[in-house]
Amino acid sequence: MKLGDYNLSSNVSGLADRPLAIEARGIVKRFDGFTAVDGVDLLVPEGSIYGILGPNGAGKTTTLRMLLGIIDPDSGVRRILGHDRPHEIAHAIGYLPEERGLYPSMKAYEAIAFVGALRGLPLAEGRKRGKALLEEHGLGYAIDRQIRQLSKGMAQQVQLLGTLVHEPRLVIFDEPFSGLDALNQGKLERMIRALAARGTTVIFSTHVIAHAERLCDEVAIIAGGRVPFAGPVDVARDRIRPQVRLETRQRDGVWRAALPADARAEGSFWYFSLPETGIEPLLRALIEGEAGILSLSIERAGLHDAFVAIAGEAAARALEEGNGEEDR
Amino acid sequence: MAANILHGGRLSTLQAAMVIARRDFTAILFSRSFFFFLLGPLFPLVVGMMAGGIGQTVKNSADQPELGIAMSASDIAKMQSAHKLLAPRLGNALPELTVLGQLAPGESFDPVAEMKRGRANLAAILSGTPERPVLTGPAERIERWQGPVSLVAAQAVGKAPETYPKVALTNFATSSVDQARGKILTAQAGQTLLFLLTMLLAGMVLSNLVEEKGNKIIEILAAAIPMDAVFLGKLLAMLGVSLVGIAVWGVSGGIIGLVAGQALPTLTPPAVGWPLFLGLGVAYFATGYLLLGSLFLAIGSMATTVREVQTLSMPVTMMQLLVFFFASYAMSQPGSPIEIAAVIVPFSSPFAMLARAAQDPAIWPHAAALVWQTLCVALFVRAGAAMFRKRVMQSGPARGKAKKRGWFVRAPAS
Repeated sequence: MKLGDYNLSSNVSGLADRPLAIEARGIVKRFDGFTAVDGVDLLVPEGSIYGILGPNGAGKTTTLRMLLGIIDPDSGVRRILGHDRPHEIAHAIGYLPEERGLYPSMKAYEAIAFVGALRGLPLAEGRKRGKALLEEHGLGYAIDRQIRQLSKGMAQQVQLLGTLVHEPRLVIFDEPFSGLDALNQGKLERMIRALAARGTTVIFSTHVIAHAERLCDEVAIIAGGRVPFAGPVDVARDRIRPQVRLETRQRDGVWRAALPADARAEGSFWYFSLPETGIEPLLRALIEGEAGILSLSIERAGLHDAFVAIAGEAAARALEEGNGEEDR
Repeated sequence: MAANILHGGRLSTLQAAMVIARRDFTAILFSRSFFFFLLGPLFPLVVGMMAGGIGQTVKNSADQPELGIAMSASDIAKMQSAHKLLAPRLGNALPELTVLGQLAPGESFDPVAEMKRGRANLAAILSGTPERPVLTGPAERIERWQGPVSLVAAQAVGKAPETYPKVALTNFATSSVDQARGKILTAQAGQTLLFLLTMLLAGMVLSNLVEEKGNKIIEILAAAIPMDAVFLGKLLAMLGVSLVGIAVWGVSGGIIGLVAGQALPTLTPPAVGWPLFLGLGVAYFATGYLLLGSLFLAIGSMATTVREVQTLSMPVTMMQLLVFFFASYAMSQPGSPIEIAAVIVPFSSPFAMLARAAQDPAIWPHAAALVWQTLCVALFVRAGAAMFRKRVMQSGPARGKAKKRGWFVRAPAS
């Protein structure tokens, strides 16, 4: 397996034509009367990088565990790579849980082979691939080391390689960036892109918007067990109108009547959402009114703004608090 | 096809179970603690043997009674010569003669005064002459020794017969009552051994899922293979480990048996014969272990810490004892409703059937019982795995009151 090469560009426009790797419709899960997941719909095209974005406790892990067949939904349907029962297609799925775990007494390459064997990869082949993967990822010196002898970060990498050793068609990562330093986060991002470039579907949950924004073709925003938005990242961003920043020489004039109602002034700048009619009518009014345009920029909304707009302020605050905890 | 083999494919439940079993088996077998586990049952045996040996030596030296002799030198020589001649026929009936003193002509000897001196191991004193021997000592001793002493004295004075007729021995094995009693003893021995092994080994299963839960490996296992396969794999691994242990202990026991030879009790051959009885013993151990193990695994899987497992081990041991007592009681009443119940109840069935193998030569009930017990193992594994998924992995239909009934706290959803 060669994970070093990757394709930075995502082909969102082509995703709609692809078959679905994951299809979940109206899945519900309750625990002791508490509804953890409340009618979630997810459509993940094959070969895409798909992010499930939400604050802690939003229902991300529960959703992923249902998709994997670790737990069953109380209602709703799920199809993974065309199968109703995820275990039937387990050999084509790789899973990295949020809470990492390996047998401490196992050697690194054995641990990789064991995870592969659980997914149907013959042990001998798993051992061979395990050693090769460790070498390839700069962990050759740890091949014969027991997991308990590795640092936490190294053990995480070993587990990650175990997730991929059987060359799955679908990889599910639950909070994969959690606990990784910046260097390893970058490495993981490259690995995810490489997987997608090879046609592997990657779905991961995160509460860090930046990762989703950088990597994902599509995202599902989940809050309070519901998914208020699922679709391409661009579409999510387009939920918020682009923001216009205008700088004028004149502070006042007839041209001000042409500014939208939400325009607010800060120094010599004006900030407002791009009018539905577009920028041209406004430009014309500014020129005719001799406003003296010094600068004009139109900024597309970020995923964070989209998240705030879609999931609500409370969810956004929870997300930020989660990020803060992560930073700590 | 080659590519399929290389890249693997969907595993059957048994294949998946074997992945778990192989991992657990090798992990346990090559751990340092397994060495001590193997030595565990041998320690009391070795310590017992050593203590017994030392005790026996002490006992022998303390109990070695001496018969002192005080006569003239010529009489002593005659008596010793006669004693040596009769020794093969007397066996342990008379100890060696210890010379207390050679009396000169006219010299007197007071045996009572000599006894009062309390010489160690001196049980009695033979004085007088071979024609008129005098035995002085405690009544019990002198009554027991007077016959052999008179025989030795007669030999010493040349009045004993020159030859003794050889007594022919005819051995009759046992009566029918003894046979039946012997088979019950064999059944009892088989049951007890089966119980001891099951109790010793099945308890280990209790803590078998704690490592996976503690290390969070359970998520990886549960996502890849059915929980039934996890449970079955763990049980098979522990059964394999147990059989290795039994093999080691069996070989050690065999060596001790060879060394001890006749000292070990001889059991009446079981009704089905020794080879089949031993084979059935292994089979019933396997099913008994898997039956109890599947229950213990399910119970133990509810525990989240080793402390909880320790708390659970007491009621579990009590349950094992109850099963054993039930099967033992049933054994004494072959063919009765209670014995049939013991045969049918899955947990007591292996014990009851092994007892039956000792008493009844019919083979087919064993085939039927093994099928039944295997079926029960499959059912228990399924039920245990389903319970684990519902209660620990938080799956299955929502039940609002489940929390109130739950044994252990559930982890919150994220």
